[in-house]
Amino acid sequence: MLEVKSLTKRFGGLIAVSEVDLDVAKGEIVSLIGPNGAGKTTLFAIIAGFLKPNEGEVILNNTSITNLKPHKICKQGMVRTFQITQPFATLNTLENIMIGAYANTSNKSLAKSNAERVAEIVGMTSLLYQTADGLTVAARKRLELARALATDPQLLLLDEVMAGLNPTEIDEIVDVIKGIRDTGVTIFLIEHVMKAVVNLSDRTYVLNDGKLIAHGTPNSIASDPAVIEAYLGHGAAETMARGHKT
Amino acid sequence: MKLRLQISFLIALSLLAALLAPFGISSKFQLDVLTLIFFTAYLGQSWNILGGYAGQFSFGGVMFFGTGAYTSSILLNTFGLPPIFGIFAAIFMGALLGLLVGYLSFRSGLRGSYFALITLAFAELLRVLANSVEFTGGGVGLFLTYAPGFYNLQFNSPTGFYYFSLILLVISLVIAMWLERSRFGAQLVAIRENEDAAEALGVDTLKCKIYAIMIMGGMGGAAGTFYAQKYLYIDPPISYSIALSVEMLLVTIVGGMGTVFGPLIGSFVLHAVNEIARHFISTPGLSLIVYGFILIVIISYLPNGLVGLFRKTRKSTEDKDA
Ligand SMILES: Nc1ncnc2c1ncn2[C@@H]1O[C@H](COP(=O)(O)OP(=O)(O)O)[C@@H](O)[C@H]1O
Ligand SMILES: [Mg+2]
Repeated sequence: MLEVKSLTKRFGGLIAVSEVDLDVAKGEIVSLIGPNGAGKTTLFAIIAGFLKPNEGEVILNNTSITNLKPHKICKQGMVRTFQITQPFATLNTLENIMIGAYANTSNKSLAKSNAERVAEIVGMTSLLYQTADGLTVAARKRLELARALATDPQLLLLDEVMAGLNPTEIDEIVDVIKGIRDTGVTIFLIEHVMKAVVNLSDRTYVLNDGKLIAHGTPNSIASDPAVIEAYLGHGAAETMARGHKT
Repeated sequence: MKLRLQISFLIALSLLAALLAPFGISSKFQLDVLTLIFFTAYLGQSWNILGGYAGQFSFGGVMFFGTGAYTSSILLNTFGLPPIFGIFAAIFMGALLGLLVGYLSFRSGLRGSYFALITLAFAELLRVLANSVEFTGGGVGLFLTYAPGFYNLQFNSPTGFYYFSLILLVISLVIAMWLERSRFGAQLVAIRENEDAAEALGVDTLKCKIYAIMIMGGMGGAAGTFYAQKYLYIDPPISYSIALSVEMLLVTIVGGMGTVFGPLIGSFVLHAVNEIARHFISTPGLSLIVYGFILIVIISYLPNGLVGLFRKTRKSTEDKDA
C-alpha cells in the first residue's frame, strides 16, 4: 500500500532522514521506533506531504505522491496525526471531528453524524460539546486520532498518540487502534511505549540518526544488538551479551 | 431550540424595523447616519470573512472598495455604462483583485502580519497608481453627473440610499449566515484555528483562502460603486484611504470577529460613541481621545468583541438543545 524509496531529508547540514526504504502492506499495523531526534516525525511529515524530500520517492497505492500537497494526499486515503497535538482550539470536539468528516462530504448533517460515529469509536461521546482547548492531554490525543479517522482513510499515520498517557489510558487507546485496524484501516505508527509496540505491531522498523538500523517482528527487534546499541549507547549490547553469559 | 426561535424572531423584527425606519424617521440626517452605519457594517463583514472567519488579517481592505469605485465610475463616464450594470463589473474587478493578491501572497506562504502588511502595500500601490495614470483622472479625481434614477443607482432622497445600503447589509449577513452553516465556512474557521491541521485533514487551504479574499473583494467592489454614486466624486486618497481599511477591521474587532452580527453591532456602537463624544465634548481633538480610550477598553476587556458578551450564555444553552 505504502512504499518509501531511498528517502533523504537534510536540514542544512543535518541529515534528518537518510536513504530510508520501507513499505507497509494493506491491513498491517507497522510501527516505527527510535530514540528522540532519530527523524521519525520528519519521515512522517515527508510521507504526508508536509515536507519535500531532498531525494527519494513516496508511493501510495502504486502512484507517486512525492510532491503532492497534504490535502491531496488526504483525499487519496492517507492521513497523519501530529505528535504535538494541533486541535482547532476554539471549536468543540464535534466541530473538530467534523472538519475531518468534511473531507468526504459537503453535507453538514452527514458530516455531523459521521463525526458522532467516530467519536463513539474513540470514546469521546461524552466530550462532544467540550471546546478543544479545555481537553486533557489524553483527550487531545484521542481527538487527533478521531479527526484523522473521520476523513475515512485507508492508511493512518499515528505519531506518538500514547505519549503522556497513563497505563490505563494506553490500554484503552491500544484497543481503539486494534478496533480501527479490524475495520480494514492500515496503520503505521510511531511509538515509544514498547509494551504497546509489541502488543500492536505486525512489523517494526527502527530508525536511528535518520537511518533504518533494523526491521522485523517486534520481538526480534527487542533483542537486536544494533537496536540496544542505539537506545543505550556505545558498548551496551556487548555488555549485556557478556552479562548474559556469566 | 426555543432560543434559536427567539433569535430568528428578533432578526425578523429588526429587519421589519429597518424596512419601516424611513417612515418613522423624519430627519434626513438621522437616515443618513443609519445609511453610513449599514455601509460600514457591510464593509466590516467583507473584512470579517477573510479576517474573522479565515483568520487572515488585512490592513488594505480598502483596495477592493477603491477598485470597484473606479471600475463602475470609469465605465459610466467613458462608456456610458449604467451603474446598475457597472456594479457587477465592480464586483468582478474586486474579486479579480482578490484573486491576484490572494494568489501572490498565500501561495508564497505569507501569514499573519506579513500578509496584513502586503495588503496594505497593495492598497498604497494602487493609490499611487490611480494618482499617476490618466484614465482614473489622476489626482484630480472623477466627477460623476447627478442623474437620479434606478439605472444610475442614484436617488434624489436619502431614503433611496438607505434602502440601497440595507440591501447590501442584508446580503452580507446572508453570506455570513451561509458561512456558519456550510462546509466552506467550517473550513475557513479550521484554517484560522490551525492551518497545518486543516491541511492534514484534507482542506485545500490555499484555495479556501483565495475564495475568501475573492468574496471580500467582490463585496468591496460593490461598496465602491455605492460610494461613488452617493457622493458623485472619487479620487485616489478617498478610494484607497487607509482610514477606511482601519474602520472596517475596527468595527469587526469591536463587534466580534468571526460572528454574523459582529460587524453590524460594532458599526452601531462605534458610530454612537463617535457621535456622542463629538456632541458632548467641544474641545477640539479631545473627542477623538475619548473615542480612542473607549476603543482600547472594549478591545482589551472584550477579546471576543461585544458579541462575545452574549455568546457564552447562548452557546451553552444551544449545546443542551443539540
Ligand atoms: N524544521 C526543522 N528544521 C531543522 N531541523 C529539524 C526540523 N525538524 C526536525 N529537525 C531536526 O531533525 C531531527 C529529527 O527530528 P524528528 O523527526 O522530530 O525526530 P523524532 O520524531 O524521531 O524525535 C532532529 O535533530 C531535529 O532537531
Ligand atoms: Mg517525533
